[in-house]
Amino acid sequence: MRLEDKLYLIGFKVDEVGGSHLAIKDKSVCLACEMKQCLYICPCGVYEIDEIKNEVSINYDACVECGTCRVSCDEIDWHYPRGGFGVAYKFG
Amino acid sequence: MSDIKYDVAIVGAGPAGLSAAIVLAKAGVNVIVVERGRFPGAKNVMGGVFYTDCMKGIVEEFPNGAPVERHIIEQRMWMIDDESYVGFGHKNAKFDKEPYNCHTVLRAQFDKWLAKQATDAGALIVNKTVVTEPIMEDGKVVGIKTGRPEGDIKANCVIVADGVNSLMAKSLGFRAKLKKESVALAVKEIIGLDEKVINDRFNVTGSQGVTIEMTGSLFKGAEAMAFLYTNKKSVSLGVGMIIEDMMKHNINPNELIESLKKHPAISPLIAGGETKEYLAHMIPEGGYNDMPQLVGDGVMITGDAATMVNAVHREGSNLAITSGKLAAQTYLEAAEEGDFSSAALSSYIDKLQESFVMSDLKKYKALPKLLQKNRQLLDKYPKLMNDAAFELLTVDGISKQEKQKHIWKNMKQQIGFTNMLKDLYKIWRSVG
Repeated sequence: MRLEDKLYLIGFKVDEVGGSHLAIKDKSVCLACEMKQCLYICPCGVYEIDEIKNEVSINYDACVECGTCRVSCDEIDWHYPRGGFGVAYKFG
Repeated sequence: MSDIKYDVAIVGAGPAGLSAAIVLAKAGVNVIVVERGRFPGAKNVMGGVFYTDCMKGIVEEFPNGAPVERHIIEQRMWMIDDESYVGFGHKNAKFDKEPYNCHTVLRAQFDKWLAKQATDAGALIVNKTVVTEPIMEDGKVVGIKTGRPEGDIKANCVIVADGVNSLMAKSLGFRAKLKKESVALAVKEIIGLDEKVINDRFNVTGSQGVTIEMTGSLFKGAEAMAFLYTNKKSVSLGVGMIIEDMMKHNINPNELIESLKKHPAISPLIAGGETKEYLAHMIPEGGYNDMPQLVGDGVMITGDAATMVNAVHREGSNLAITSGKLAAQTYLEAAEEGDFSSAALSSYIDKLQESFVMSDLKKYKALPKLLQKNRQLLDKYPKLMNDAAFELLTVDGISKQEKQKHIWKNMKQQIGFTNMLKDLYKIWRSVG
């Protein structure tokens, strides 16, 4: 089953006004990063390479707030989404 | 919110926070629980086994009225390899008698129900609200700041129950950052299946259920822990891995669970099922040695936020519930004297020490490090067991003596006899 189809099953309320609750502290670090674990370790594929801008982009609207990115990389500036936003599981 | 002072402010409406809220509200304490999700349970995930005993003194006659799925009468444990497993199981008619030892639960429903018990007892639960930091006065915690305008909440005491990521424990300076070598990520799918199909496949009837725990390597040679739990009309299938191992082996969590779904021992059990939800959550597996400071002036830390997980026995929510209860009892005693200093609240630690919580965490305290340094225990041994079983059970004209010799030779090559003895000793030292 494709990840895209799984993400479609999850209840999200995206914070369009507040924007991303995730950020990269210093994006120049990513260019020099050899491991680039954020690209594969996130269970929801939040981090991707933006070929045009040549930087890591953050699809925060797919984030389930697990925290794996912040544990695996010190450059991630990780916050909770604003109250009531983000993931809301149906089953849990 | 700013004008009212509460007796206790609780951060997070999970098992730890809600059990504390229930005990406090029942005792007439003015308690507020602040939850960042749309409803309690919205952000909460676990494998799915909830133990009954911890509910004593919190909810009478549990699980009457509670949204539990199936009571577990059989537990299987498998050492898995790419396309096989060696396992044993325990099914017991005693597990089929009330009060049931444990049930599978789905946390979005379960936590919502537990929250209802808290509000019924008189607690106030405020959803959709992020707690940003503690309010400090003269080095003491005197409340919490929230993301709402004028959202400061003053309280005599704050109970921190904000889960594995615990930004509160971090902001209090009570814990170092989470370590990638002792935190696991688990991903899970809820796979819908017909009730009758589940009963037939797992050889159960009514509300009886089965759990399967798996350990070994099933993807890219990395050591994983997986589980399959039966719910009423679905199964919870999940797999977890230490984050450092995921980094070392380039593991994508979705690919990992997809490979588990294709495992020949699993795929027939979920065949025809439809994935209803995909979930991810971290598990703090560092145990006793990773615990943060538990008590400060006006504050106590509970549950996952305090690393209260017994990974060996897949227990967590029962430790959380118990810690919440003990924190609440500590508050009640402290309130008699009106003293919420860390010295007064330190009896929370004593209570944890006297309970199974700290006793179990201490018992296995050497294990996380042991497994970190000795990956063969969870990786090579399951493989060797599977190879040995296959060889012994295959009839191909080779004598049993020859086969045994070959198995021993293989084991010696892979690990070495002395190392095997050492490993046995280490395990015995860690869990014995």
